[in-house]
Amino acid sequence: MVLTNIFAGFGGQGVLLIGKLVAYAGMDEGRNVSWLPSYGPEMRGGTANCSVVVSDDPIASPVLSMADCVIAMNTPSLDKFEANVLPGGKLFINSSIIDKKATRTDIDVYYVPCNDIADQLGNPKVLNMAMLGAYLEATKVVGVESVLQALLHSLGEKKAHLIPLNRQAIEMGAESIRK
Amino acid sequence: MQTVFKKTPILTDTVLHYCPGCGHGIVHRLVAEVIDELGIQDRTIAIVPVGCAVFGYKYFAVDSIEAAHGRAPAVGTGVKRTNPNNVVFTYQGDGDLASIGAAEIVHAAHRGEKITTIFINNAIYGMTGGQMAPTTLVGQKTTTSPYGRDKDHCGSPIRIAEMLATIEGSAYIERVAVNSPANIRRAKAAIKKAFQCQLDGKGFSLIEVLSNCPTNWGLSPVESMKWLEENMIPYYPLGVKKDTTKEV
Amino acid sequence: MAKQLMKGCEAVAEAAIMAGCRYFFGYPITPQNDIPEYMARRMPQVGGCFLQSESEVAAINMVYGASAAGARVMTSSSSPGISLKQEGMTYIAGAELPCVVVNMVRGGPGLGSIQPSQGDYFQATRGGGHGDYHPIVLAPSSVQEAVDLMQDAFDLADQYRTPVMILADGIIGQMMEPVEFTERKSTRVLPKKDWAATGWTPASDRPRAIVNSLYIEVDELQELNDRLQARYKIIRENETRAELYHTEGAEIIICAYGTVARICKSAINLLEKQGCKVGLFRPITVWPFPEKELAAVMAQDSVKKAVTVEISAGQMVEDVKLAVNGTKPVEFFGKPGSYTPTAEEIAEYIIKSAREA
Repeated sequence: MVLTNIFAGFGGQGVLLIGKLVAYAGMDEGRNVSWLPSYGPEMRGGTANCSVVVSDDPIASPVLSMADCVIAMNTPSLDKFEANVLPGGKLFINSSIIDKKATRTDIDVYYVPCNDIADQLGNPKVLNMAMLGAYLEATKVVGVESVLQALLHSLGEKKAHLIPLNRQAIEMGAESIRK
Repeated sequence: MQTVFKKTPILTDTVLHYCPGCGHGIVHRLVAEVIDELGIQDRTIAIVPVGCAVFGYKYFAVDSIEAAHGRAPAVGTGVKRTNPNNVVFTYQGDGDLASIGAAEIVHAAHRGEKITTIFINNAIYGMTGGQMAPTTLVGQKTTTSPYGRDKDHCGSPIRIAEMLATIEGSAYIERVAVNSPANIRRAKAAIKKAFQCQLDGKGFSLIEVLSNCPTNWGLSPVESMKWLEENMIPYYPLGVKKDTTKEV
Repeated sequence: MAKQLMKGCEAVAEAAIMAGCRYFFGYPITPQNDIPEYMARRMPQVGGCFLQSESEVAAINMVYGASAAGARVMTSSSSPGISLKQEGMTYIAGAELPCVVVNMVRGGPGLGSIQPSQGDYFQATRGGGHGDYHPIVLAPSSVQEAVDLMQDAFDLADQYRTPVMILADGIIGQMMEPVEFTERKSTRVLPKKDWAATGWTPASDRPRAIVNSLYIEVDELQELNDRLQARYKIIRENETRAELYHTEGAEIIICAYGTVARICKSAINLLEKQGCKVGLFRPITVWPFPEKELAAVMAQDSVKKAVTVEISAGQMVEDVKLAVNGTKPVEFFGKPGSYTPTAEEIAEYIIKSAREA
């Protein structure tokens, strides 16, 4: 099994973090993983993306031109990466702020109202977790518990109280695509 | 028989290669005597430059490191940070320190690097054959200022001691000259104070020594000392430029 | 110790500390800033010294000083900064001092880009500064390998009294992969640093230390150069390393190093599905270049040609040609600057090339 993913969005939407959580969780589950960020001179507000590979076998290239899954958190990311989804792959669209629909017909498309879910939970920061929930639900690439464990590791014990909120966001994101 | 004069043990027996009448020999001896008197031979590291003093490692009887042109303060920093108990001094000329090594000396002072720099200012590049230095006086003829230094064309001579004294990290800065016995005695006292400053962990210390270059100035040794006194000292006033060693 | 997910830059920094490096001098430049930042946090915790220098030139000369004083010392930078360090590198080589320099290569020439590149191959393997010298150059293709090579680098530097360069790229530096840090016991016999300038008197049990690369007499300079060349010969004979991937019975051998070699592996996986017999030859040491190893792979009857893939205008391809020595064709695929080829593009080229063969 190998799953290649591109997570993309505005800087500040937490796309690099959810990519990292998938990589961490994959590693904890004994898989081979790689996380490769795009990097540029913009420190804030630019577009950010990362390529994440989770694989049972050693990873050949961590550099992705095409991916099984593309996560688009904003319109520029959708415009840039829709064509990079492998045929039969999955495209996740943050429908709260992306008005467009996908044009591809050879892939599965999921519309996730990330900002709306975060607003319902009263914390706009967890929009990335809502997207992560939908992604995990659709791909089952790693378990939710492994991801939350990785998040706890990333947040540190002092912020452990934020775990339930994040769990809720993940659950609501998953629920949003269960039809 | 009474011994009234002997060679300092901190200079090796190798014959100095310097031109007759050159001030380098005097300054080498002063530095060596200071190391001897402070009893620090066993932990002193000399960082020697590119320039006339490039063979300094042959003369100073201490562990020595030859640095690239201008980089002695950076090399000295590497040594001092590795072994803080070492006493590190750099010995640099005006081309080395004030031109190509300007950044390294400024930042060694800026960091308050606990090293001592002996800066020989003779207003000319010696080893490469008498080219203009940053410290060459206005009007002074050199092989690359054949009509005399024109300040509108290549600026005015740089006063290193005064400049470094403005930097917070420098602890002791003095300018001396080796043109007369009295000035030589003052120079030795200054060099000793600079080393002591390092031993006391006070910060960066530098002694600018006005020296001569009879060969490239085209003067006899005696004439060159007179030229130094009449032309260099008025532009490069002698004295202590900064002294924080008494501050607690 | 459990695996950790770490950025390449931070992992090599930690590996250096595990290898006993306690002195780091450096200057910020993208994409390697995570190394000095990590060292700034970590060195004080282990009783070492991190110092941000005023320039790359000063940094490498601080490395020279610390190494002359007997320290395990390193610096890191990226291409334009490495150009500035070349002055110090040649002095360090000439003075026969050990040190480790990490180059997270970015695109050039000039200010270039901050994206990954392999345009520094010549600068790294040919010496880079003036005079006849080579650093040993190690080219990792994963974060774990960067960690392992980093630890070897200090031993190699000490054993041969030479600068060692880790030639990586922005991808290795910025990528996170799982790494395992293991206490590595070196089997190398490392010479005592009795040449170090640490303080001397006539009563000392060693000669006065003079760390120097100036030999004004022609004969003396010849002696230094003979000594260096003899050492390089030993390094060439004993220290080459390469990875072979599916080379047995292959018709085309792809030669690539670093991150690009991994992209080539992906290309090979695609090609094998289409029935192409393609293998990868990946030099791990790019100086010394694993000539004999490559010549042996290329000597197989099945092999028709070699294709070198690089993010450059074709630099390592010259070493490949020297190793193949005219026995079989050697082609080049790649672009200079920072254009990282995709596995699909490489595969497409190989298919086209195979048809021509």
